[in-house]
This record gives sequence, C-alpha cells and structure tokens, in this order.
Amino acid sequence: MLQYAFKRALSLCLSLCLASVVIFAVVEIAPGDPASFMLGINAQPDTIAALRAELGLDQGKFVRYLEWTGGMLRGDFGTSYTYRSPITDMVVERMWVSLPLALYALALSTLIAFPVGLYAASKRGAPSDFAVMGVTQLGIAIPNFWFAMILVVIFAIKLRWFSAGGFAGWDDGLFIGLKSLTLPAISLALPQASILSRVMRSALIETLSEDYIRTARAKGVSRTAVLWRHALRNAMIPVLTIIGLQFSFLMAGAIIIEQVFFLPGLGRLVFQAITQRDLIVVESVVMLLVFAVISVNFFIDLTYAAVDPRLRHGS
Amino acid sequence: MIKSKKYIAATAIAFATVACTGFAASSDITVAMQLEPPHLDPTSAAAGAIDSVLYSNVFEGLTRFASDGAIVAGLAKSWDISQDGTEYTFHLRSGVQFHDGTRMDAEDVKFSLDRARAEDSTNAQKALFSGIADVAVVDSTTVKITLDKPNGSFLFNMAWGDAVIVAAESIEDIKTNPVGTGAFIFQNWVQGDRIELARNDNYWGSAPALESATFKFISDPTAAFAAVMAQDVDVFTSFPAPENLPQFEADPRFQVLEGSTEGETILSTNNKMPPLDNVKVRKAIAHAIDRQAIIDGAMFGYGTPIGTHFAPHHPDYVDLTSNSQHDPELAKKLLAEAGFPNGFETTLKLPPPSYARRGGEIIASQLRAVGIQAEISNLEWAQWLEQVFRGNDYGLTIVSHTEPMDIGIYARPDYYFQYDNPEFQSLITDLNATTDTEMRSEMLKKAQNIISKDYVNGYLFELAFTTVADAKVRGLWKNAPTQATDLTGVSWSD
Repeated sequence: MLQYAFKRALSLCLSLCLASVVIFAVVEIAPGDPASFMLGINAQPDTIAALRAELGLDQGKFVRYLEWTGGMLRGDFGTSYTYRSPITDMVVERMWVSLPLALYALALSTLIAFPVGLYAASKRGAPSDFAVMGVTQLGIAIPNFWFAMILVVIFAIKLRWFSAGGFAGWDDGLFIGLKSLTLPAISLALPQASILSRVMRSALIETLSEDYIRTARAKGVSRTAVLWRHALRNAMIPVLTIIGLQFSFLMAGAIIIEQVFFLPGLGRLVFQAITQRDLIVVESVVMLLVFAVISVNFFIDLTYAAVDPRLRHGS
Repeated sequence: MIKSKKYIAATAIAFATVACTGFAASSDITVAMQLEPPHLDPTSAAAGAIDSVLYSNVFEGLTRFASDGAIVAGLAKSWDISQDGTEYTFHLRSGVQFHDGTRMDAEDVKFSLDRARAEDSTNAQKALFSGIADVAVVDSTTVKITLDKPNGSFLFNMAWGDAVIVAAESIEDIKTNPVGTGAFIFQNWVQGDRIELARNDNYWGSAPALESATFKFISDPTAAFAAVMAQDVDVFTSFPAPENLPQFEADPRFQVLEGSTEGETILSTNNKMPPLDNVKVRKAIAHAIDRQAIIDGAMFGYGTPIGTHFAPHHPDYVDLTSNSQHDPELAKKLLAEAGFPNGFETTLKLPPPSYARRGGEIIASQLRAVGIQAEISNLEWAQWLEQVFRGNDYGLTIVSHTEPMDIGIYARPDYYFQYDNPEFQSLITDLNATTDTEMRSEMLKKAQNIISKDYVNGYLFELAFTTVADAKVRGLWKNAPTQATDLTGVSWSD
C-alpha cells in the first residue's frame, strides 16, 4: 500500500512541475501586454513603461518564472496585476462560492444517480429501464447553460422563487447562501447525474453477470441482497472514477454557469483575468486548478486501493 | 414550550426584517453594469468601469461634467483666468472633508495634480496634465496653476475622472479602499460580484436622496436580461442586449432611457497602408458604407449617424453625413479612378464589442459589393491594442472612441490612423491656445470638415447609451457625457 501511494505521489509531483512549465509558456506566448491593456488607448509610452516596471514585467521571462514558482512553493501566489490584491486572498474568497457550488452539484448528482442507476440495473430490459435511459440520454444531450436559462425563466422570472443570479453570501445564514446556489447547482448536476446513472447501471449490470454473483444466487441469496451486498461494492470502481472526474470538472468547468448566474467564483475570476491580460492570476489559478485535479485523482487512486484489495497488495 | 416561544420570536424577527427591507427599498438602489472595475483608483487606469462606479459619487475634481456635458464647478467653486490664458487660480470650497475625516485643501489639489504628471505616473490620460508647468498653493483654499501655453480645454480636462482630487493620506490603499470627497462613501467590494456605497452625511453639497447604493456586475447579456426581468436589479446602465429593449419599453414595470455617449464608432483606416493611403480609395469606402444598415443590423436601430469625428449632441457639431452618402456606383467609379477597377484586398480586424463584431460582418459585405475584399479577423482587446493600435498592423478596424472631445487625436501623425496633415495639426495647436468660445467653435467646425473631406476614417454612428430602470426611479443621467453613474440626484418616486 505504501509503495503504491509513494508511486502515485511521485507522479503527482512530476505532473505539477510539467504543468507549471506548460502554463507559464502558454500564457506568456499569448499576445497582449497587460500594462498597455490596463492603460488603454490614450496612454503615453512613458506611462506604460512606468507601469511595466511597477508590475515587474520589465524583468526577463526566466526570472519571472523562477519568482512565480518559488513564490508558490512558499504559498505565495503573487499579486494580481489589475486588482492589485494578493491572489491567495482572491482565490480563497472565490473558493467560498466555487467549492460549495461544486460540492452541492456533486451531492445532487450522486443523490440522483445512485437510486436511478440501481433502479435501472435491477429492471434491466424492462420498459421502465428504457424510459430511465431515455431520460438520462436527454440529460446528457441538453447543454447545461441552456438548461440554466430555462430554469431562470421559470423559477426567477415567472415564479420569482429564486433570484436570477448573484451570490447572497454566507453572512446571512446557510439557507440564504445555499438558496442562491440552488439553480446553478441543479443546472450543473443534471448532465453529471445523467452520466453517473448510466455508468452506475452498466457497472452494476457487468458485475451482476460475474460468476460469484451466480454462485451467491445459487446459494439462495435474494436478488436484492446480491445487488446491495455483492454487486454494488464491486461496481464502485468505475463510479468513483467518474465522480473524481466530475468533481474536477465541476471545480474548473463551471465557468459558463458562473457567467449565466453571475456568480463570483473561480471560473469567472479566470475568465476576467484572461480578457484583462492579468497573466499572473491566470497562471496561478490554472496552476491551483491543476493541483486540485491532480490531487483529487491521487485521492481517488488511493480510494481504489481501499475498495479493491488487489491494488493494495498486488505488485 | 420554550422551544416554540423561541420559534415564534425568530419568526417575528424574520417578518420584521422583511418588513424593514420593504420600507428601505425607497432609499437604496441596485445598479447593474456589464464590466467590473479592475481596481478603484480612477487616476491610474483606463478602465471606464472605475468611473462608472466612482465618478462624482465617491471622487470629485476641481470641475465636473454635468448631465448635459457642460463643465460646471466641482471642488473649485470659482476660478480666475489670467489675461494671457496661462494662469488659472482656483478658489476651493471651504469645509470639504475626505471620507476619512481629513480636510480637503489646496495641498491635496497640488498633490493630486503633481502625482498625475510625475515622471513615474501611471495615469492613463497623462496628456490631460502635460501643459501644466507649475501648481502652487496660495493659501489653504486657493491654488494657482501655471500652464506653459494657453489651453482652451483646461477646465474640461480637469473635469475628467482621471483628474479627481485624492489625498496623500489615503493614496496607499486607494486601489482597494478609495477615499474621496463625494456624496457617497465606499463601503465594501465583493470582487466579482458587487461594490457597496453609503451616503456621506458630511457631504459639502446637498445631501443625496439615496441612503445606500449597490453596484452589481453582470457581463453576460442573457443574465443581464434575466436580472432586470426578475427585478433583482433596479437599474442597468449601458444595457448590453439592445434586441431586448423593446420588450422592456412595453412593460409598465420598466423605463428605457435612450441617450447618447461620447463614443464615435468609426471604421478606422490605416492612412499609410497602400492602397488606403489614396484619398480616392478612402472616399470609395465611405460611399460603399450604408450607415443605417449597420445601425439597424448591428445595433437594433440604436445610434445616430455621424459624418465626422464629433458627438452630434454637442453644440458645435456639424452634420457632414452628406459627404459620404451610401452610393455603391460612385464608390466603384472612384475605385476605378484610383486604379482599382477590380477592387483590392485588405484586412478588417475586429475587437470584441458587439458593435464591432456585428458591424464588421455588415461592412465586409457592403465593401464586397463594390469589389473590396476585407478579410475579417476577430481579436481580443489585448491583441487589438498590440497589433492594431500600437503595431499599426491593420488595414481597417472598427472601434468606438469614447473619450469626450477627442478630435485632437487626428493631429497626432503617430496615432494608429497614421493621418499626417500639417494643416490640421496647426489648426489643433491654434485651438488649444484659444480660449474665446466663438473662435473655438469656428475652429472645431473647421476641424470636423477637414477630416470629413479627407475621409480619414469611415464615420459610422454615435454609440447610444441605453439604460433600463425600474419605472419609479428618477434622476438618472440619460446621456453619458463621460462614463459615470451619478447617483447624487437619483431618487424613488412613490
């Protein structure tokens, strides 16, 4: 188990180093100087030079790369060019929106997908199975931003149950905060739940055809008991993989949903930073997201080992 | 039992809170706009969004723009101009305090202006201060500014958001905690979401009707529509989806204000790039363009046609649209005369705003009709600045020049139009040295004529300023003489 974890950790570190080089290179290659962007079309050349010096952009690329990575190792992600505040603070503030939103959506999608997947697997081939699979197919096909707009039209504009967007903050209580994340979370969860229930169903069906299941049934265990006690646990590996991927997606991929609901989350921060050529923010936040995705995968890898003893002891 | 009592008390408090918010609605306002300020220092960035939130609400200058674009007294209650036009003596209002309680006096004015024109200044409009030779404190409420030569637009320059008065005591944190002299005090900024302001009870002028104001930032046009429809916001300035405006106009809950901006939207032309260096070719382009089709197609009818680089609502504006009537046959003839009977190829580089992207498609097809093949490429703003604006690597582009009274840019031969006309340059030099209103007016009219007849750029339309607001909101600016959301005169009618 230790050796397995060590190997995984080593590959995590290598991936991070590689990612930092790629991110820095790509962002630096992109055309557009942050200082001239900030000062606009009437700025004089000496003003732009003054701002470049103030931002440290007059230093060489290699020096800036070392400063950036060195700072990150000390937990300092630098200072935003445009906002002029520490990126760590900005990211932490945005996390209070993005993380709860991702968890909320993940919880919703898992809560929907498990019973749906179990139900469909237990009714394989029956009309109700086809109906469920048809609905999930639709759930995958509908773009989530479009679904989000439909939710807004119904629940914000017509029924006025929710506001059309924005984030109320956590200061007025959990309920108020969660309420403003509900429509975004539902729109994020719909396609995820659809994918997850399909994976759940097929994984269950596959394990149900294994020999040990037949043996268990032959020994007189009931269909339901087999499903719950033997099949579910063994079907978890693909399901966990998908949940891990989904969490990464939900953290990093909520950019469009954050735009539709004008939520002050991480995605919107990156989006704004790209258009404003706030390069250091783009670099640091993307690096953080890479770190989050890789760590989640690392964690999932460890969970495999917990679920599947062969990975723990084997090799 | 105790539990249920607590429950009842909690419910009562909840209801009371709801009731209070109900009453409070008449003294607070939520204003939405598309772009969020990058930071909160209007004196060191070009971002108009900073002024849209802070101008005249939090920060004030010596002079200021009124809603009709006129220059009126600000922190200076009056001024004297010396006979030769090089000395301005400003008499400041007494008893003005910054929001941190410190006094605003002549030293602050000197500090602000010296900071803006300093060597290491990062003021995006440093040119506004370039003529200042000296700023002298006469006494605590009198400042004497000496210019190296007369400048007829000096009072106008001092009204810009980039020329507001800041204090040395609070300059350190100005980007996150702006301290000004205005009728509203900065309270809180939730980055990515909102900025909150509260009424300044020590304001030197008449107290505003609003107690507090929240600015929200909604960049997506569809989300903007939903936020207004759900009445999450009370006002949306520069509403980004003109196609939805008729729907708001028809809804009694809302009012739509249609005004004008200082944004001349033009087909900027590289005057040094062959064949665009030939005035006949530029004239042909001007006649190939159907302005109304662009206004209707790209702006859903919002916008005023212009024939020169000047705002139509300005008293000195001359309507020169007749110099460039839509006439494809004439355009073809001119092209043939210029030696391009079969047209030519050029580039059309478009920045992100919808006026450019949608307008660009229409213009490209209008140019194609007379034989000019304009190859469209879509650029991000940062790319546009680098390639087009600073690199002069373009044939044609579409952009709205939103700075007020900026016809002087045509006197800069190194400007991205690459227009080099000594006659025009000396006219602008004379204009800057003239303070007489009538003479200035004549010169401005002449300047408009020169660039119109030289077909420096394709003049398309003045960008409209459209605001959607709750029907009960009063006192909003209809026009945008500068980028501002002046809330000092805004109130709710009952």
